[in-house]
Amino acid sequence: MMSNQTPDGPAGTAATTATAATAATTGAAVRPGDDAVAIPAPGAVGGLGALGSWLRAMNAGVLREVALLPVLLLLIIVGSVVSPVFLTISNFAGIGQQSSALGVVVAGESLILLIGGMDLSLESTFGLAPMVAAWLIVPVAAFGSGTDLNPYLGIIVLIVVGAAVGMINGLLIVKGRLNGFIVTLGMTIVLAGLQNGIVKAETLFNLPRAFDYLGSASWGQLPVSLVVTVIIFVLVGLFLRYHQIGRAIYAIGGNTAAARAAGIKVERIKIGVYVAGGVLAAIGGLMEAGRVSAVTGQQGYQEGIIFSVFAAAVIGGVSLKGGRGNMVGAASGVILLGIVANILDLANVSNYWIEAINGSVILFALVLARIVGGESTAEER
Amino acid sequence: MTSSGQPLVEVRGAEKRFGTTHALRGVDLSIRCGQCLGLVGRNGAGKSTLVSILSGLAEPDAGTVRFGGEPAPRVGDIRRWREWIATVFQHSMIVPDLSVAENVFLGSTPGFVSWREMRARTRAIMREWGFDIPAEAPCRELSVEQRQIVEIARALARGARCVLLDEPTAALERQAGRRLFERVRQLTEGGVAVLYISHHLEEVFEICQDVAVLRDGELVLTAPVADLTRDDLVAAMVGARTAAAHPQAAGGQPGREADVKPDARGDVVLAVDDLSADSGRGRLAGVSLRVHAGEIVGVTGLLSAGVATLGRAIAGADQQASGEVRLNGRLVPSGRRDAAQRAGMGYIPEDRRAEGFVAQLGVAENVTMTVTRKLSGRFGLIRPSRRAAVAAPLTASLSLVSSGPGQQVSELSGGNQQKVTVARTLAHDPSLIVAITPTRGVDVASKELLLDSLARVAAAGHASILLCTDELSDLVICDRVIVLVRGEVFAEFTQPPFDRDELIVATEGISGTTPRVPAGTAEEAAE
Repeated sequence: MMSNQTPDGPAGTAATTATAATAATTGAAVRPGDDAVAIPAPGAVGGLGALGSWLRAMNAGVLREVALLPVLLLLIIVGSVVSPVFLTISNFAGIGQQSSALGVVVAGESLILLIGGMDLSLESTFGLAPMVAAWLIVPVAAFGSGTDLNPYLGIIVLIVVGAAVGMINGLLIVKGRLNGFIVTLGMTIVLAGLQNGIVKAETLFNLPRAFDYLGSASWGQLPVSLVVTVIIFVLVGLFLRYHQIGRAIYAIGGNTAAARAAGIKVERIKIGVYVAGGVLAAIGGLMEAGRVSAVTGQQGYQEGIIFSVFAAAVIGGVSLKGGRGNMVGAASGVILLGIVANILDLANVSNYWIEAINGSVILFALVLARIVGGESTAEER
Repeated sequence: MTSSGQPLVEVRGAEKRFGTTHALRGVDLSIRCGQCLGLVGRNGAGKSTLVSILSGLAEPDAGTVRFGGEPAPRVGDIRRWREWIATVFQHSMIVPDLSVAENVFLGSTPGFVSWREMRARTRAIMREWGFDIPAEAPCRELSVEQRQIVEIARALARGARCVLLDEPTAALERQAGRRLFERVRQLTEGGVAVLYISHHLEEVFEICQDVAVLRDGELVLTAPVADLTRDDLVAAMVGARTAAAHPQAAGGQPGREADVKPDARGDVVLAVDDLSADSGRGRLAGVSLRVHAGEIVGVTGLLSAGVATLGRAIAGADQQASGEVRLNGRLVPSGRRDAAQRAGMGYIPEDRRAEGFVAQLGVAENVTMTVTRKLSGRFGLIRPSRRAAVAAPLTASLSLVSSGPGQQVSELSGGNQQKVTVARTLAHDPSLIVAITPTRGVDVASKELLLDSLARVAAAGHASILLCTDELSDLVICDRVIVLVRGEVFAEFTQPPFDRDELIVATEGISGTTPRVPAGTAEEAAE
């Protein structure tokens, strides 16, 4: 009765032209991600077609994680054709550094999407939190407030701002029973207005080293921001998979009423997730400020980064309805957007056309992920 | 090609597999015009699969479906499919915000809608079949019974000659059920074929001419109802092998209960005082009751009598307007399900789909959802293997069938989903279980297992309160039965076995023939 077979069985038996090597690597790649299904012997799997059918046999969550793999491979091929520079370590380091800030916000948004919520204001937190912190830190000459705050305390202020915004959103949505879309839309505009108002649309520069280290420093070729982002993704991913609150997040997103009936503290966890989202957005903003060595009035809201955030999460298989998705998927969505932007850059595509192409690639990636992932990546079932 | 002797709907050699599950094994089934064919089988026997194949929602792996001798339309061509066969599902397919007429013509309106014509045609259908529901009424205001009629009218409006009723009485009160039977007879007399799917064998005997029995995906019996006894049907459904495998489940619960239970009542586990609540499920107007250790107390009444409202308020799932609930002497805060559970209040909700489980999570995760805190080690981390290990004895004790602890609950049959809900409650070792209609939509053998699990909790010195509206036979496990009428305690039966007819009379609020009118309540409250 409690055998460890998946419903479809190890469909890898359909394997035809197998190479044990690919089988072994994919097996190893998926193994840690799966928590309940037995892995068939590596020898039984192989070939791309067989890979697909085997993946289908795995549970849907794991399938989603790798659904973007073919798209990413395709993009890497395109990139290497477009420019000889593409397949170099320094280029990939650049992609990593450019995508890190977005990635951290995507991690926060994914958490909020998983509980079945949404937060548009992360993009404004992304701008406001580093703005407030930098304003307190930098000298008056660089349009600071003149308090000359210690930069480390400034980073704490930044995190507190992110947490406070998340807390207000969470309280309004959960305790006030207001619609999350409207609450966070209003919050977006309020925060963006504050961001402009504080410095009267000036740009804060002359950031101290401690403040811009995260976004600008590199260890050899490796950007610090990339390392920190990877650590954040791994920690959040493990938290979601193995921590009792992480599991409660899936339960709440999957069926709030069932989670409540099972004694889960739904409201407290939801508010906590909004706070976590705000903090992650603030950290993302710190990375961005460090990367460009300044905090502009445009950072966040006026750049419209929330669209990229949602695109990355959804392409990565995080459901807008909650309860489905994981950090591997979200990360692959971020990487995909980063590679696309990089290729467009390398191909010298005219600035006037970049957005149209960018949007088309996002739609194409969604369709392809849907085809590869089958039913499991569909929003409607 | 089509002739009157030909079956209206014919399935030949239908096969369907879901992974390792062989859901249908070469099923042959045919329905004639004017026939009411009953389809019965335990949960997981393949009924739902057959229904989705007949409804054009799923394609059989092998075999054919023919309508009037001709091959059925392509699967997915729902519109053409509905011209032959229409299904009234267990779960309402009515859009509550639309009017009756709009729902009747849902999906079959032409490009431009003539409201006048749509209403006129709806009225014509209602008149023709003797239904009395105004075409303009918003469906939100209709009762469950009326919504079903709207669904039947929808089927008839499309000219479907075969109507498939999937557990139509599951959500109906008894009288509404009787009216539905009248409607079914009208349909068959009018030449419509009806496939009637039900867990209630007495209904099959009442309105079906023939009955088909599915067991483990095979059609094991098709015969005129007149040639069969109830025992024949149960034997066909359960199969000799399975029946022998669960002798203890089939054994008489009342006798065993009597052996275990001491004469003297135990301590008061649950004290409910003057509980009032407002709810769409029925108003509650000052209910007081006591449940003692080792006791199972039944609460029944009509759907609108507040039975479910009482259960939800006690379990902390809904807020009460006034009154208090004490568990083992400690006050349970109103509407705080998490606090109630920590205090030891188990809760088996009325609607398992809405509250019983998280469909996309695995069996083990759902079963252990109530005990994540206990399961998690340092830093709150949970090892999946430990989760599976904790879930295994619970699922085994309920004979829950799944392909493994990681299988998504959405893939399980209805009965097994209910077992997940019950196992989830047993997992946190509650001192009182509030079970609202715990056996709804569950087959005979599973039903006994579920009731048995409640009885075991009571036997272990805890207590249960079983709230049900229609499954009166479930009350056999109870030591006392309280009948609610219009949100108040109307009568209490303290002496098992409970007479079904007396219970029914009491739920209707007729006191003349009831032997023990509120006496019990007065005594209870005085304690």
